[in-house]
Amino acid sequence: MTATTPAPTVEEVEPQPRPRPKGSTGRKSPLLTVLVLLTLPYFLLPLYWLVVASTKDNADLFSSFGLWFADLNLVDNLRDVFTAQGGVFWSWMGNTALYAGVAGVGAAFLATAAGYAFAKYAFPAGTLLFSVVLGAIMVPTTALAIPTYLLFAEVDLTNTRWAVILPSLVSPFGVYLMRVYAADAVPTELMEAARVDGAGEMRIFFTVALRLLAPGFITVLLFQLVATWNNYFLPLIMLSTPSKFPLTVGLAQWQSTAAGGSGAQALFSSVITGSLVSIVPLVIAFLYLQKYWQAGLATGGVKG
Amino acid sequence: MTAPTTTGPAGGATAPGRAGPRRRGHSPAVRRQHRAAYLLVAPFMVVFAAMLVVPLVYAAYLSLFREQLVGGRSFVGLANYARALGDSAFGEGVLRVTLFLVIQVPIMLGLALLFALALDSGRLYAQRFVRLSIFLPYAVPSVVATLMWGYLYGPDFGPFTQIAEGLQLPAPPFLSSSWMLGSLMNILTWEFIGYNMIIMFAALRAVPADLYEAARMDGAGELRIAWSIKIPAIRSAILLTVIFSVIGSYQLFNEPNLLQTLAPNVIDSAYTPNLYAYNLAFTSQDLNYAAAVAFLLAAGIAVVSYVVQLTSQRRARS
Repeated sequence: MTATTPAPTVEEVEPQPRPRPKGSTGRKSPLLTVLVLLTLPYFLLPLYWLVVASTKDNADLFSSFGLWFADLNLVDNLRDVFTAQGGVFWSWMGNTALYAGVAGVGAAFLATAAGYAFAKYAFPAGTLLFSVVLGAIMVPTTALAIPTYLLFAEVDLTNTRWAVILPSLVSPFGVYLMRVYAADAVPTELMEAARVDGAGEMRIFFTVALRLLAPGFITVLLFQLVATWNNYFLPLIMLSTPSKFPLTVGLAQWQSTAAGGSGAQALFSSVITGSLVSIVPLVIAFLYLQKYWQAGLATGGVKG
Repeated sequence: MTAPTTTGPAGGATAPGRAGPRRRGHSPAVRRQHRAAYLLVAPFMVVFAAMLVVPLVYAAYLSLFREQLVGGRSFVGLANYARALGDSAFGEGVLRVTLFLVIQVPIMLGLALLFALALDSGRLYAQRFVRLSIFLPYAVPSVVATLMWGYLYGPDFGPFTQIAEGLQLPAPPFLSSSWMLGSLMNILTWEFIGYNMIIMFAALRAVPADLYEAARMDGAGELRIAWSIKIPAIRSAILLTVIFSVIGSYQLFNEPNLLQTLAPNVIDSAYTPNLYAYNLAFTSQDLNYAAAVAFLLAAGIAVVSYVVQLTSQRRARS
């Protein structure tokens, strides 16, 4: 973090791509490598099992060894997943994308505007408001969900898509992250120059600052997108109509039917294949966008 | 603090707008800037108030009442809180997650720290592959992680059972009442080692290298450098992971809720405090009491994380 330049790009904030880490003598250690590699099956085997299991039909799940393939049945499984209950899985995927997308973009926009204002303007209530937001990082989201449900029940918002989206728009951690980021990313001299040119404050934000804040914006967007994509508790308590469920709640419902064993045993293979389908987009996003994760976690960890 | 650019804990929360205008004369230009600042902060603050402050206030309000079939809603003061404090089901849940926390968090964070130090040492072949493999479980939603581990644990087609049967050994009873807490610890550890590792790793990379150069000149070994220089240098990042883990443990819900379908006799309706609050609200329909339990839980978590922060800061100073 030698970010003395006025506008660090993510590459600069991100600690990763230096070829040889500082502070090392450069010698590679085969022993250490082997020790670490020996632990990797713990992290990867469950996912490997998921891939193997989603290629099996329900009978093979029970009769064949779990960590190796039997008859390949992936295509049939996928068809089952996408056609079960009138194709409700499509709705779940659409809902998850909608909830996560709107929450991600919305939360990132709110956090960017607020974080920028906290960083670049000394306004009377700024310190107080920012302390309140900081304190809210500690408020447990799950414990907050029941009170939110009670409130939404009062105003008839439960079992609507808003019930999942609205609470997901708030990211106090995102505001904190953007405040830290904006302090360095938007040079005050640049704002002064724009003022001299006669630009209004809002224009400065939208035309000058927002572009410089884009990497931070994307980091907050990703964090909130994944948090909402993975959220289970909030949609579980808010929604009762299956066509409004996101993937997490839908899969959990299939699982409880399958485990209940009410003649619906065929569903085990659907739960497993559906689980695999639901994590594919996230895994791809993780692998391709990892520099943003690291930038975000670095800001949180180093400056927190 | 670790980075030279940092201004203190909470990233210099005490100096907002240090780069902004310093004039206090409230000229028209300054007033215009204040107006802009409020305008920019307003959208977030409105949603923040509506989705965070109002629900908490409303839950606090509800928790002071009791709903009865005869007589309707009546004000009972702090009776619901008194009931919660004397409620053995709630108490057992709190004790259970405390036990969970005391065992699981040190294991998870200890392993995360070892991995972070190994990555930071620069002595690994296939560094990138290792880092991504360990971080990958974080991309898996907790629902899918739990379903997956539930099947792996399961007696029907779990590979552990299959291997044990192949070796003619008794199958490990992962979902029995004596193993369940350990099985849950394992799921959470699997999910979050990588996340915590990345936080610590990023902090390690920000430690100025000259700090160790001198130690290395003096002949200090890598282990000694890790213990005496690197770990103390990233204590604020470690503290952050401790606080996040404490908050997460007390909120435990998804994993036990989903394993309940596989082991309904082991995980009861009050297995964790959050599961209890959920069942109070949605099974027993006792909304007022559920509000009190949820509120007590949120307040308890806030107090615990504050205490963790305070004690560690005090220790840092002494």
